Amino acid sequence: MNKLIRYCSLFVILAMAVAVSGCATTATKALESDASAIKLRSMQTRAFDTTDKKKMMQTVISTMQDLEFVIDKADLTLGSVTGTKFVNQASVTMTVTVRPRGEKQLLVRANAQYGIKSVDDAATYQDFFTALEKAIFLTAQQVD
Amino acid sequence: MKKLNNTLKIFLTVFLCLSIVGCATVPTGFLKASEQSLKDRQLQMRQYETKDEQKIVTSVAGVLQDLGFILDNSETELGFVAASKKADATSGGQIAAAVLADTVGIAAALIGAPCYTNAVSRCDKEQMVKASVITQPSLDGSKTVVRVTFQRIVWNMSNLISRIETVKEPDIYQKFYDSLSKAIFLEAEQI
Repeated sequence: MNKLIRYCSLFVILAMAVAVSGCATTATKALESDASAIKLRSMQTRAFDTTDKKKMMQTVISTMQDLEFVIDKADLTLGSVTGTKFVNQASVTMTVTVRPRGEKQLLVRANAQYGIKSVDDAATYQDFFTALEKAIFLTAQQVD
Repeated sequence: MKKLNNTLKIFLTVFLCLSIVGCATVPTGFLKASEQSLKDRQLQMRQYETKDEQKIVTSVAGVLQDLGFILDNSETELGFVAASKKADATSGGQIAAAVLADTVGIAAALIGAPCYTNAVSRCDKEQMVKASVITQPSLDGSKTVVRVTFQRIVWNMSNLISRIETVKEPDIYQKFYDSLSKAIFLEAEQI
C-alpha cells in the first residue's frame, strides 16, 4: 500500500512538472522551428534550369491544383503562391516561392504546414517536386 | 487489492507516457499526385477559343460577383482570382432527424435511461465557400484554359467546424462555366 502511495505521489509530481513547464510563454513559439534551418532549407528547395518565372509560377499553381490545393494568394513580383488543402479534417497550407538563382536558374522553395505543425519530412517535399518536374518537363536539382 | 494496485499502476504509466509523447503526428504522402487528379481536372477545367486572357480574367471576376462571391485576392498577370462567400448550410432532413433523435433521447431520459443526445446542436448551420480561379494559355498557345476549384468549411449549430472539404459536385462547376460562357459569348470546351 505504501508503495502505491509513493507511486501516486511520483505521478502527481511528474504531472505537475509537465503542467508547470507547459506554462512558459507561448509567444516565443511563434518563431520556433523544429528541424535545423539548413537541413530544412535543403529539403524544401530545388533549382531548375529555366529563367521563365511566370511559366514556372503557372506550373507551380497547376501542380498545386492537381494536388487538390485551392490557391489563396499569388504574387508575380514576390514569386509566391499560397494554397490550402484538407487532409483528414486537418488543413494543409503550403507556400511556394520562385526566385532567380544566378543568370540561368530558378530556385523553387516549398513550405508546408499540417495543422499547426511544420512539415519537416523530406519525402513529402520530394513528392511535390516530383509532380512539379513532370509538369514542367525539367529536372529538379538538389541545392546545398 | 493487489490487483487494483497493479491496474492503477498500469493506467498511470500509460497515461504518463501518452501525455509526454503526445499523439498528433503529421501523415506522409499527402503531396503525392493521386489517380483522382485526372478526373478532378476534367471536372474543374474548361478551355475557350480565345487568346485574350485578360478578358477571361475580368469576366471570371464578374461571374464570381454575380454568384454572390466577395473577391479576396487577385494577380491578373498570373490569371488568378480568389473569392469567398458565406452561405446557409441548414438542411431540413438533417434537422428533422436530429429533432427526432433528441425527442427520443429526452423521452428515454424521463424514464431513467441516460441517453440524451443533443443532436440538434450538431446540425450544420452555415458554410463558407472559397473559389479560386486560374487562367493560362493552352500548351499550343491558341486557347485559354480556365480552372476553378471550390472548397467549403461548414459550421454546426454550436459554431464548431463540422466539415472541411473540396467540393466535387459537378453541378456547381457546370453552373460556374455556364455563367462564364454567357459572360464571354464563347462556348466552354471540355478538355
